[in-house]
Amino acid sequence: MTGRAWVYGDEINTDLLAPGYCLRLPIEELAPHCLEALDPDFAGGVRQGDIFVAGDNLGLGSAREHAPGALLTLGIKVVLAKSFARIFYRNAINLGLPALFFAHAHEITMGDEMDVDPVAGMVRNVTTGKQYQVNSIPPHLMAIIEDGGLMAHLKKRLAS
Amino acid sequence: MAQTLVQKIIARASGQSHVAPGAMVSCKIDLVMAHDGSGPQRWASQLKELNAEVWDTSKIVLITDHYVPPADQESAAILKLTRDFAKAHGIYQFHDMQGICHVVLPEYGYLKPGMFACGGDSHSPTGGAFGCYMAGYGWTDIAAMVITGDTWTIVPETIRVNLSGGFADCVAAKDVMLLLCRELGMDNSFKVVEYGGGLVADLSVQERMVLTNMAAELGCETGIIEADQKTLDHIRAHGGHVDDDALEWRSDRDAPYEAVHDFHISTLEPQVAAPHSPSNSGPVSAHVGQRIDQCYIGACTGAKLEDLHMAARILKGRQVSPETRLLVAPASALTTKHAVADGTLQILLEAGVVMLPTGCGACAGLGAGVLAAGEVCMSSTNRNFKGRMGHKDSDVYLGSPYTVAATAVAGRIADPREILADAPAHPQGAVS
Ligand code: SF4
Repeated sequence: MTGRAWVYGDEINTDLLAPGYCLRLPIEELAPHCLEALDPDFAGGVRQGDIFVAGDNLGLGSAREHAPGALLTLGIKVVLAKSFARIFYRNAINLGLPALFFAHAHEITMGDEMDVDPVAGMVRNVTTGKQYQVNSIPPHLMAIIEDGGLMAHLKKRLAS
Repeated sequence: MAQTLVQKIIARASGQSHVAPGAMVSCKIDLVMAHDGSGPQRWASQLKELNAEVWDTSKIVLITDHYVPPADQESAAILKLTRDFAKAHGIYQFHDMQGICHVVLPEYGYLKPGMFACGGDSHSPTGGAFGCYMAGYGWTDIAAMVITGDTWTIVPETIRVNLSGGFADCVAAKDVMLLLCRELGMDNSFKVVEYGGGLVADLSVQERMVLTNMAAELGCETGIIEADQKTLDHIRAHGGHVDDDALEWRSDRDAPYEAVHDFHISTLEPQVAAPHSPSNSGPVSAHVGQRIDQCYIGACTGAKLEDLHMAARILKGRQVSPETRLLVAPASALTTKHAVADGTLQILLEAGVVMLPTGCGACAGLGAGVLAAGEVCMSSTNRNFKGRMGHKDSDVYLGSPYTVAATAVAGRIADPREILADAPAHPQGAVS
């Protein structure tokens, strides 16, 4: 998957990704408020297929699934972070959004063209030409993502 | 092979005698807790879609707390859906508007040592104060659990935190957690924190719940405290059945901790976390005099009966300053009942607090008590991320109920020890 990188720092929390005052809204109406307290240009600027890059502890805070849900709704196809908060990581996988641990997040610049293969664990910065090998997503979790999220995965499990 | 308490619980839940950190295992769940935000409003369509039923109603506890009392039609609709679902699916362990989920669970004796419990809320680690594994999950995970009764987990490493010494005056478990957020950081993802040591042994069960509650702020999967007689007494006093051998749920003596940290607490001063992170903390003295528009005593962290007692100790015979306002939302209906019976509520009301209904309310920016742009709040809650309690341009400082009450009296951030040193303006209880 290729797309433009949106790059942010450490500790991007769930109150920034999905503000409390929007939680009653359907995800399509919440998503335009994603990160508005940090970068008002983010939600309006994201295009289908873009890639989200963050530093340490992405998604710390609440269990609210709106956090990865908003990113997905805006068109983000994969999230890369130096580290993830556990619930955010599970939620992303459960919604079918690949999440990769990426130690070199600081080497990516806002707007860089990226190419990411979550199964192979390949991350390429097309703009700089630099390529990185990261841990691929464990097969058990990749199966959930490939089925389109935990519910679709469960549907298959219950049918078999 | 020696194991930590959490390893032992996960081993039992996954049908093995031993599990190693890093292994991915499938666990059978003993208890699933969900609230109005992570409950039926998220499951109903999934169950229909999968043509499935809830797996075992005896293992599901449903609580409404986030959207209560409903402040708008959307919230009212969520609550109605939740009640209708509970009725239609026979979810009898349903506590409607009775308090914040993490506080309500032990009020009914649901949590027991050795359990593998899952909660649809990030502060589910609170349950670890009862010697069980209880971690937080998003609602898709919870929906799947409600259907299947199992889930996957990666066996976490355990960090041991030994707390020794006693509290200085006006210091509480909340201050310890603000210290730990600073010292251990908030990025302990996929790890568990196990608290022990002399201070923890001496702490009341409600204060232990603050330590495990804010394990979430350390970024930990959960926090846990080995059960002792006090734990068992608490469970029994709240209607739970537990055998004495539940005390055997302990870490082995030579358990493989990832790290062991020792903190001597006797010299710890009241702590305050400045915007916008619980780890941005230090002694209250660094912030004394800071303007505060609203003081809030609320949430699963800071509005249990003992928290109200702390506030009452400061407020007795004193008044909330006209420079600010103090909002109090007791953590549960039972808390309110006890606070009425023992005179605590009287003291708070005479001091001029504004009482709010029990529930999450302002803590998550969802209900009564949210902040306007430019407002500054001093709060007994657990998180102060940007926009947490209302407008994205509002600021939240965190402190113990002592410090919040002292700030309410001074109208600016104040050291509770200094407020207590000044005699009350009028004799105790003489306000009419
Ligand atoms: S009181 Fe606050 S922290 Fe506790 S469960 Fe409610 S929203 Fe979460």
